[in-house]
Amino acid sequence: MPKIWVYAELNQGRLTTTSLELFTRARELGNVDAVALGPGAVNAAEALGRHGARRVLVNEDAAFAEYVAEPATDCLAALVAQERPDLIMFGFSPDSREVAGRLAARLGTGLISNAMDVEAVNGGFVAKVPYFGGAKVASYRANASPAIVLIRPKSFEISDSGDQAEVIAVSASIGEGSRRARIVDRLEEAADKVKLEDARIVVSGGRGLGGPENFHFVHELADALGGAAGASRAVVDAGWVPYAMQVGQTGKTVRPGVYIAAGISGAMQHTVGMKGSKVIVAINKDRDAPILKMADLGVVGDALKILPKLTEAVKARKGQ
Amino acid sequence: MKIVVTVKQVPDPNSSQGLDPDNTVARDREVVLDPGDECGIEMGLQLKEAHGGEVVLVSMGPERARDAIRKGLSMGADRGILITDDHLAGADALLTARVLAAAIEPESPELVICATESYDGSTGMVPPMLAELLGLPQLTFAKHVEIADGRVTVHRQTEEGYQVVEAATPSLVTVTAGIAEPRYASLKGIMAARSKEVKLFTFTDLGIEQGEPSETVESIIDAEARKSGEVVEDDGAIGVAKIMAVLQAAKVV
Repeated sequence: MPKIWVYAELNQGRLTTTSLELFTRARELGNVDAVALGPGAVNAAEALGRHGARRVLVNEDAAFAEYVAEPATDCLAALVAQERPDLIMFGFSPDSREVAGRLAARLGTGLISNAMDVEAVNGGFVAKVPYFGGAKVASYRANASPAIVLIRPKSFEISDSGDQAEVIAVSASIGEGSRRARIVDRLEEAADKVKLEDARIVVSGGRGLGGPENFHFVHELADALGGAAGASRAVVDAGWVPYAMQVGQTGKTVRPGVYIAAGISGAMQHTVGMKGSKVIVAINKDRDAPILKMADLGVVGDALKILPKLTEAVKARKGQ
Repeated sequence: MKIVVTVKQVPDPNSSQGLDPDNTVARDREVVLDPGDECGIEMGLQLKEAHGGEVVLVSMGPERARDAIRKGLSMGADRGILITDDHLAGADALLTARVLAAAIEPESPELVICATESYDGSTGMVPPMLAELLGLPQLTFAKHVEIADGRVTVHRQTEEGYQVVEAATPSLVTVTAGIAEPRYASLKGIMAARSKEVKLFTFTDLGIEQGEPSETVESIIDAEARKSGEVVEDDGAIGVAKIMAVLQAAKVV
């Protein structure tokens, strides 16, 4: 049986949802171990076992949470040398991709990132990666061992296997010079009441709204519907709204029941993060906007005129 | 202070793009300096203006990527390095990082600035690999960068807000597109760029031996496309009515 590792990312001591999703596929591929590093690792072992990890390799050294990427890279590299896994799966999240990138460079193995699936084929691993903005799917075979694959959030449904893991304390193996990029403070910015990635309804806005002063129309409709507000990369880059609202390849992946895209053209960057939505409604002035070709309902019109009227109609219907 | 900014020429994000028959992105038309890299160059120029020194642009790409470097030079960067080679096509992230590292290392910069990710690939794997190969700490997703007393401090964008991350120089920083509004090249800048040096290297010049690629493309197939639905022209009323009908069918209102 191939030896499959899942890197269990901890965010301020809490296991990330994407890490748990990976086990659904991992346990179909071989014997699964999880590696959990930093404060909260031992605590996370129970959930990791319940989702299919046979063993959880843990170390609670505070340096894993305090310093960017390097301590975790050191520990993983030492563990890989001892244990020789065949495949290491990471979530495609900002923190995991930094660790995976360093590790792949140190081991000289390279990696496959932004994958939506990985399969065992002829004794090796083949990952499926959205290509050309999701219009195509490329299959990549990993040539090196261990294969390192980074998987997009929401690629698999979390499923409980009801197992229990053996918890194994491992050495931190942090190198002398690896305590460098230090996180000295963490600041939170106001977040929406409904979490974007969990919302059943998402209303997103893009450049077509004209300017940041008009973005309240998006929030008002999202609030009236009890959903969350999102945004395209273009308006996040332009500083209209915080990065936490970005939907797309680099931002969040969402799969709500209804996705309303207002003034978003439908660049590949964006659509890869929302095309799994059950129903897509797009409002755009440009008849040729790519988003209208993938929407269940496309309205050619001015989002600035339609959004407020829609908000009123929703409120009236809900009796708000 | 010597600052290296990595730059890439990408298909123009504002033009519609096709794929060549071999499923590589058709790069011959409408290529531009990656807009994310323009922000990196701007950041580098601002740091140079505040602290003195030099901004060096490093790129891997075909000969015509010289235009992308030239654009950065006309913004005010001092010189450029372009690594171009017959074996470039299909270079993966690790090979790209090895090539860039080999070109950057002799420069011994105090700061390496990369965009968080390229516009065309958007996977952001080269910067952490480059940091590892250069033996530098990485301060990533920066939406604010400061340098003082041999230390670099960034505001690292996160899902919840941001972190304040610090390290001693030399360091590698990746910047988000929102970090700084790139300046326009002045006519004077464009003229001056013509005489600025752009050094060309091949893989052999840098001692890079191209081994087996770390991954091989087995197939590229069409993704399951979403079927397009109904498209209506709004007349002031029908748009809202149609959307309400969809929301009711989905049982969300």
